[in-house]
Amino acid sequence: MIKRLIQMVIVLWAVSVLVFVMMSFTGDPTFMMVPLDATDEQIAQARRILGLDESHLVQYWRFLSNIAQGDFGRSFVFRQPAMTLILERLPATLEIVFLAMVMALLVAIPLGVYAGANPKKPASRAVMAGSLIGISLPGFWLGMVLIFVVAVKLQWLPSSGRGPTTEWLGMRVSFTSWEGFRHLILPAITLSVGTLAILMRIIRAEMVEVMKQDYIKFARAKGAPAKVILFKHGLKNALIPLVTVFGLMLGDLIAFATLTETIFAWPGIGKLLVDSIYRGDRPVIVVYLMFVALMFVVVNFIVDVCYALIDPRIKIK
Amino acid sequence: MASSQPIPATRARSRMQRFFASEFFHNYKRNLSAVLGSLIVLGFLVMVTIGPLIVSQNPYDVSQLDLMAAFKPPAWLAGGSSEYWLGTDGQGRDVLASIVYGSRISLIIGLVAMGGACLLGTTLGLIAGFYGGRLDAVIMRIADIQLSFPSVLTALFLMSAFGTGLDKVLIALISVGWVVYARTVRGSTLRETQKEYVQAARVSGLPNRKIILRHVLPNVLTPLIVVATIQVGTFVLIEASLSFLGVGVPVTQPSLGLLIKNGFDVLFSGLWWVSIFPGLFIMLLVFGINLLGDFLRDELNPRLK
Repeated sequence: MIKRLIQMVIVLWAVSVLVFVMMSFTGDPTFMMVPLDATDEQIAQARRILGLDESHLVQYWRFLSNIAQGDFGRSFVFRQPAMTLILERLPATLEIVFLAMVMALLVAIPLGVYAGANPKKPASRAVMAGSLIGISLPGFWLGMVLIFVVAVKLQWLPSSGRGPTTEWLGMRVSFTSWEGFRHLILPAITLSVGTLAILMRIIRAEMVEVMKQDYIKFARAKGAPAKVILFKHGLKNALIPLVTVFGLMLGDLIAFATLTETIFAWPGIGKLLVDSIYRGDRPVIVVYLMFVALMFVVVNFIVDVCYALIDPRIKIK
Repeated sequence: MASSQPIPATRARSRMQRFFASEFFHNYKRNLSAVLGSLIVLGFLVMVTIGPLIVSQNPYDVSQLDLMAAFKPPAWLAGGSSEYWLGTDGQGRDVLASIVYGSRISLIIGLVAMGGACLLGTTLGLIAGFYGGRLDAVIMRIADIQLSFPSVLTALFLMSAFGTGLDKVLIALISVGWVVYARTVRGSTLRETQKEYVQAARVSGLPNRKIILRHVLPNVLTPLIVVATIQVGTFVLIEASLSFLGVGVPVTQPSLGLLIKNGFDVLFSGLWWVSIFPGLFIMLLVFGINLLGDFLRDELNPRLK
């Protein structure tokens, strides 16, 4: 357990080194800050203010100690603490990520169980072909198709923006009102498809394995009803490995949220990252990466703990 | 994949004939999705090699563009012309011609980056697995850390630091893609080095480099075929995402992903064909690759039989 925590810190430290190295060896942000006609002295002064006149080692040390004190720097563009910007936009991203995850699970579990329990049936083959298409298509392109068909042609749902938000547990959320929820639907569907397809394949593969086990044969032999065998004996055991892919799933959703948010003009952290990359807003990029790294590390830790709790055969290393 | 028939002593049967008589080929013939997948991939290869000779214009030669023909819908819709099957974009570029040239760039990126990642990952995996020790620990920890990040995000971050460019996309893809080879190869290398033939080679005083290249390497390659196949598809998708976000290939060398981005701006005006068709081709290409990859996985993995 302690070893695992130390490992987490090492991972975060490695990420901080990587982020710092990449950022400091690629371009000079001074020129994004000063006017085009700035004199040499003004440029030098700007570099001094930014602390860029010192050695990389000193800069890294300052970077690290600032982070340790909770100071992540200010956005060049918004002139606000970069962390505040991230935290402000986080609920919007969590909202579509969460909805996408729920959608993916709700569709993937029944279809995966069906395809895994009846691998030879034509419907199962269709499910598998569908999931392969889901893996093969670019998610952002699917979002564009949805925008064109559902929003532009049929005009059923809005195509972009977040709609009205309300305060809920100190966060601004949109799922509380119908109009806000309507704005959520298309981005969430777009985001969920890739994850849904992968989940379905994992569940199917697990079910195929589980249904071959002796305890399933025994349950059949003792005459347990098919439904009980499928869901109580089969699915329950097939779901255990699913816990381990949760961290991976969340990672993919957060990553693909950058694309989905860009298409739907959804004001989350993904769009903030993409905008910051365009504008060369280095502090925001750095904070985004550190924040996401922290999130993944913590989630993966929780996943490991849960896995050990669910399956007592596994010990946390 | 041993041949189902004994190899004749006369050596009359060529390598090709033996392949056609093999169990592998027999299973391939009977597997509809494998045949479909390879036909799709083959179709794309033909399209990117001889396609530019067939399509009516080079979409990036400005002198061949006709602004009067801008935003023409596909041929089967009202206002479409048979000259431009899939319609034209805002500069009068034939969408089909753009797709042919774009597929070429997407596919080249996918294949070259896969080759690079495979080379780098296999080398590091062999080193880690064969020598073990501290080197192994360092390589595998880097791999672990990288695996905890989604590849798209890592690639996006790298591109944001590098700036756009074909070479930079390749570097970014190789940097995210090597891990899977390194892990696979390290695992198989650990197993192989325990076996007697490697120990025999050691005892006979063969230098490590030769043992690795001549004895270990050929025996760890098979699982990589599946990984490499599927990775080409993954890379095509990641590259498309990067280019769509504007941090991938430059506008002078548009891949399928960049074509989608260019078409996205006019999607809201109802001009769907500029962006929807390139995406359809990405989907088809990656779908074909994945079908083939699935078949290879079932065929080359003896545990599943």
